[in-house]
Amino acid sequence: MVAEASSGHPGGSLSATDIVTALYFKVLKHRPDDPKWAGRDRFVLSKGHCAPVLYAALARSGYFPVDDLPNLRKIDCHLQGHPDMHKTPGVEISSGSLGQGLSVSAGLSLGMRLDGLPGHVFTLLGDGESQEGEVWEAAMAAAHYKLTNLTAIVDANGLQIDGFTKDVMNVEPLPDKFAAFGWKTLAIDGHDFGQIIDALEASRSGDGPTAIIARTVKGKGVSFMENNAGWHGKAPSPEETRQALAELQGEQVPGKGEPVGS
Amino acid sequence: MAVELKPRATREAYGDALLALGERHENVVALDADLAGSTKSGKFGAAFPERFFNVGIAEANMMNIAAGLAISGKIAYASTFAVFATGRAFDQVRQSIAQPRLPVRICASHGGLTVGEDGCTHQSVEDIGLMRLLPNMRVVVPADYNQTYAAVLESYELPGPMYIRTGRPNVPFIYGEPPAGLGKGCDVLREGTDISLFACGIMVSRTLEAAEELKKRDISAEVVNVSVLKPIDVDTVAASLTKAGCAVTAEEHSVIGGLGDAVAGVATEYCPARIGRLGIKDTFGKSGQPDQLLEEFQLTARDLVVLAEQVLKSRK
Repeated sequence: MVAEASSGHPGGSLSATDIVTALYFKVLKHRPDDPKWAGRDRFVLSKGHCAPVLYAALARSGYFPVDDLPNLRKIDCHLQGHPDMHKTPGVEISSGSLGQGLSVSAGLSLGMRLDGLPGHVFTLLGDGESQEGEVWEAAMAAAHYKLTNLTAIVDANGLQIDGFTKDVMNVEPLPDKFAAFGWKTLAIDGHDFGQIIDALEASRSGDGPTAIIARTVKGKGVSFMENNAGWHGKAPSPEETRQALAELQGEQVPGKGEPVGS
Repeated sequence: MAVELKPRATREAYGDALLALGERHENVVALDADLAGSTKSGKFGAAFPERFFNVGIAEANMMNIAAGLAISGKIAYASTFAVFATGRAFDQVRQSIAQPRLPVRICASHGGLTVGEDGCTHQSVEDIGLMRLLPNMRVVVPADYNQTYAAVLESYELPGPMYIRTGRPNVPFIYGEPPAGLGKGCDVLREGTDISLFACGIMVSRTLEAAEELKKRDISAEVVNVSVLKPIDVDTVAASLTKAGCAVTAEEHSVIGGLGDAVAGVATEYCPARIGRLGIKDTFGKSGQPDQLLEEFQLTARDLVVLAEQVLKSRK
């Protein structure tokens, strides 16, 4: 997808792939043939630049044809560089300007609670994104309003465009920070499907919002991309694409959306 | 002419109309950022605490929570001072409200210099310009209590995002009772043939005064209350400009980006005319009493008369 578009963000998409896969194919209650079903859970991609992983999950779920995916970022394609709720079926909010998704999710959670809707809101943030102050305004508000129907998942891959987050601007310790803001906090291996699914399901209950700090590897599954900030926002060459796909397909177990632990 | 009723602040009308909306519609929610007493959203909050969210001093968060509530099907009214609603939270308004066309009504109080003593940090001279720049954003600046009341009631029915600017001081009544709605937002209050005077907000009553003074000098001035600055009513503005061939605009806002630019844009495209722009001259405000500030920044009826005569003279 990113190679076809000649631009995009492979690194953070790959670090979040196991989490998004677990959500769409195991955890979320949703109806791809009825995207606005009132009883659905909502997934919010706050780190909107990782749209490719969201689009792949939506397409494989049946929200739109898989054949659309190679047209990512192309003129006249609904798959915008960052998610657009009015263009792509299944996208719950428009995102892309980092730091806003958790606040929007809090508003969505409040609205769903007012309406007595059963759905849960799962929001995926980046650890670099958590440098944005608004994330903590939202964290304060979600705890204050006791949003039991909200889960924040931090894709903590330790990298951002300009380097390691610990070097650019240290955001850790994230679990302690969310706990101090009044959230139930879980720390997991973000590439272990058992841990991911257990944590997501556990987050549905509690007295307030839950934060899942998922330790991940940026560029996961592609040897030359792993833990390399250079692959934050760069498309691979044709040769690199062939190698990357070969490595990823080597890991993949056949069968639609049936993941295994890594 | 201004109606003989005791002047009232437009922010009071916001509070009263919001309360009325809350009584009529279950899906109306309101938010504030620790200024509920000043913006008057607190009236709604007292009546409907379960639908009112005071998010504390966090305007960015407020705008995005409003967006989330709107996505869930609510009509969200978000209030704070104009300077914070449009400046502090601009990116949130841009990315999460304007671009996704969500029904969030940003009802910002304390527009302009008449905030008074708090000074330049709290006086918004650029909010209208910022909001006009955003695609999908409807920009409303009502002239008095009754028009504000109508604008807020009407906002419930209209699609998409909206910015409604209200003010702190009491202002004279222009309308005897709330109109049915703002229509296209361009209301000819007084007809005239020599010069068109376009005004918004607190400047409307001053413009009516100026027109009266100009009449004494044998100048027939048309007064147009432009309450919807975007989308501006091109037909009414162009018709008035065509008739008089020259105009003055008056606003409690920078001459850049506000009513003056909106009217000049219509003139440039449809009916070239000499236009004088009365407004804040690309500068920040300062502390002082509201009337002192309007004197110092040359936003009085007298200043309007002077500018109108200059414009007329320059045409001869």
